[in-house]
Amino acid sequence: MELEKSGEPAQRVHASPEQLRYARVLDAGMKLGLGALAGGFLAYVFGLVPAHVPLAKMPELWTLAAPDYLRATGAPQGWGWLATLGSGDAWPLVGIAILSGVSLLCFIALLPLYAARRDWVYFAIAVLEIGVLLLAASGILTAAH
Amino acid sequence: MVCCGYLVRASAVFLLAGCPELGWAADGPAAEVVWWLWPLALFVMCFVLGMIAVPAGVGGGVLFVPIVSGFFPFHLDFVRGAGLLVALASAVAAGPGLLRAGLADLRLALPLALLASASSIVGALVGLALPPSLVQTALGVTILCIVALMWLAKKSEFPQVGQTDALAAALRINGIFYDAVHRREIAWQVHRTPLGLVLFVGIGMLAGLFGLGAGWANVPALNLVMGVPLRLSAGSSGFILSIVDSSAAWVYINKGAVLAIIAAPSVVGMMLGAFIGARLLKIIKASTIRKLVIALLLAAGVRALAKGLGLWN
Repeated sequence: MELEKSGEPAQRVHASPEQLRYARVLDAGMKLGLGALAGGFLAYVFGLVPAHVPLAKMPELWTLAAPDYLRATGAPQGWGWLATLGSGDAWPLVGIAILSGVSLLCFIALLPLYAARRDWVYFAIAVLEIGVLLLAASGILTAAH
Repeated sequence: MVCCGYLVRASAVFLLAGCPELGWAADGPAAEVVWWLWPLALFVMCFVLGMIAVPAGVGGGVLFVPIVSGFFPFHLDFVRGAGLLVALASAVAAGPGLLRAGLADLRLALPLALLASASSIVGALVGLALPPSLVQTALGVTILCIVALMWLAKKSEFPQVGQTDALAAALRINGIFYDAVHRREIAWQVHRTPLGLVLFVGIGMLAGLFGLGAGWANVPALNLVMGVPLRLSAGSSGFILSIVDSSAAWVYINKGAVLAIIAAPSVVGMMLGAFIGARLLKIIKASTIRKLVIALLLAAGVRALAKGLGLWN
């Protein structure tokens, strides 16, 4: 199984155009997401934006289960945090949402390439993966659970 | 166990040494610690974990969840949510480089990731519905199984695949990658693809259930079961994690099980530590770090099991 090429001086990379496009989108999303997470968190902990739940209260609250925490604090569930972007607690969630959502954009970016290549099996796999990620992100399952 | 406890306490003591007046309140319970102490201790802990995770060849999530749930005061829901984000952030950060270098293969990863990401949603929903003590007990058992797997599992750098299976042939899962270590091109193909797909359903479930990265399971499944060369297995595993952990992370986010005060210092600490760890790899023997990680996991697994069974809270 090994194709040895003796005297090969330079690294030869075998990456398909689909891989390279996926990498480009993932790279941009990763940088944006991590930057937003770090920036949002610093703004939150240094009190640049007032928090919905005071930081001093957190040691009493982080011992609670997630549903109890939501009840105790009145924090929103699902995408409700978007409506609370005026509070510092919600700012780091922007970065977290970007990091969690960038794969979805990567798969959307793949579709034209698979379609152009008429690779319908992988086109279908990418569409199904987009469906799975959208289902998870939508909150439909968690709301019904 | 003592080792993990010392690590956490050392972090806290180190932090308190700077500003003792800001440490524990007079009564002393964890709830009365100034709010920033535990997140800062978490940051230091994750920095250390990140340093040893890279040379040991494991993702940070598998160390994070058992250790933080065992030795920090946070509820298991939030620890699992943060664990997924730690694993996700590490995988997303590594993904572009792996794909560009051809060390992760899209055709190999996509079918596996599709099933694993769907099952990780189920795992996450089940995990958030079960009693924490049951999840903690199951986590302890799983971590101890991972220790056994890490200790016993053999690796095959270039597995021999006699003939590819029909599914892999139909999906054209094969290719060539350049192995920089051996300075040669390696042609590869896979076998036992249906079994690999079934295994990845289970791996996705575990990732969602416990908030673990699951690289510890991806690599043996790819390498030993499907016959993928080891370096390509490791790279593709990291890439698969970036997809699987995304879907599971959304469940935790939507359920309110992601607290920024826990997740953000964990992610940043782990990534900074991993940055240092990649350099440590050049000066410390990987086998030494690997033994340390196995010892840490053993301690954390026993702690999780004892905590879940109510033997040591």
